[in-house]
Amino acid sequence: MSKCFERLYNGLIKENPTFVLMLGMCPTLAVTTSATNGLGMGLATTVVLIMSNLLISMLRKMIPDSVRMPAFIVVVASFVTIVQFLLEGFVPSLYDSLGLYIPLIVVNCIILGRAESYASKNPVLPSVFDGIGMGLGFTVGLTSIGIVRELIGAGEIFGKRVMPNSYEPVTIFILAPGAFFVLAGLTALQNKVKLEAGKRGKKIEHATGCEGNCGTCGNCERSE
Amino acid sequence: MGKLLMIAVASALVNNVVLSQFLGICPFLGVSKKVKTAAGMGGAVIFVITIASLVTSIIYQFVLQPLKFEYLQTIVFILVIAALVQFVEMFLKKIMPPLYQALGVYLPLITTNCAVLGVALTNVQKSYNILEGVVNGFSTAVGFTISIVIMAGIREKTEANDVSPALQGTPIVLVTAGLMAIAFFGFAGLI
Repeated sequence: MSKCFERLYNGLIKENPTFVLMLGMCPTLAVTTSATNGLGMGLATTVVLIMSNLLISMLRKMIPDSVRMPAFIVVVASFVTIVQFLLEGFVPSLYDSLGLYIPLIVVNCIILGRAESYASKNPVLPSVFDGIGMGLGFTVGLTSIGIVRELIGAGEIFGKRVMPNSYEPVTIFILAPGAFFVLAGLTALQNKVKLEAGKRGKKIEHATGCEGNCGTCGNCERSE
Repeated sequence: MGKLLMIAVASALVNNVVLSQFLGICPFLGVSKKVKTAAGMGGAVIFVITIASLVTSIIYQFVLQPLKFEYLQTIVFILVIAALVQFVEMFLKKIMPPLYQALGVYLPLITTNCAVLGVALTNVQKSYNILEGVVNGFSTAVGFTISIVIMAGIREKTEANDVSPALQGTPIVLVTAGLMAIAFFGFAGLI
């Protein structure tokens, strides 16, 4: 059982996909215009991640090594399609605001990365917990970026007004440039913490798993 | 003709794929250190997205729609794109070695570029016909190339600047991207 908790801790804190590994940047920047959207996207990704980890782990001895990538992509794309229809049917408002980014969960490198580097090598139960941990880590990341942007850009959190009425919202934070600025701030903060830790002689782990380049992340995960 | 021009301007400049839709952020941040490599990546992306939007439009219109398999679009498109990238790579290697030399390194990176799938899905969502789809794909990719080349130019110029330690690396690149996104708002008046 301890292994399962270790996976949760790993996904949420130690290898948090948003803040530590910096994977899946496209949805991170695109859908975090409000806390609700961030949470919705995070949970949708979590569901896909858990289901695909489960299935890939179950099939890991049956999938031939040479065609594993296409096989993983088919599994992930199927679950994404299912999630897309469920959202369209039951949460149409979220479906409308996430739009194109729901089918694009397929190319989110967190999911293929976990399939390749964890689920295809480990038993079912730890893989499921790995999916839960990574998914929640991603959800926490997206929701907190969403909260920051919504608070500054609209003076609201989860659609509820929290800033005093005299507060003039800085609209640019919920527009495209704001996404870049907030993420820049958060990464800088994290670098700062790391630099301090480095000065005290702690071992510095590299923030960006693939130098922020998920184009190479297939290769990068493989070399892990 | 007017409609095609409108699509081209809208997807290349106004709704720039990187700076306002956040597709293809990863190569945008990762491969933008030098103008030369950025231009190479841009060329490869133009090549692949244009072909991919042609092929996916044809498949959607002549296979998925008649068979009422529209719900399979995500699965079919991603597989077609993955196969297409492999095929383009082999084809270029055989037929056009000089072009392969120039673009070869970037091609495998493109499969995971969400812009390719994004364009294919946008074409379906906006129910573009095949020609409109190809124009949309091509101009989206041109928009990507414009922004990644500008970004690389800025990064080359600012490389020697004295940036405070915490902001070095990714953060300062993100700030630059944010400023570029503000600049691209200026195109919003075009349509």
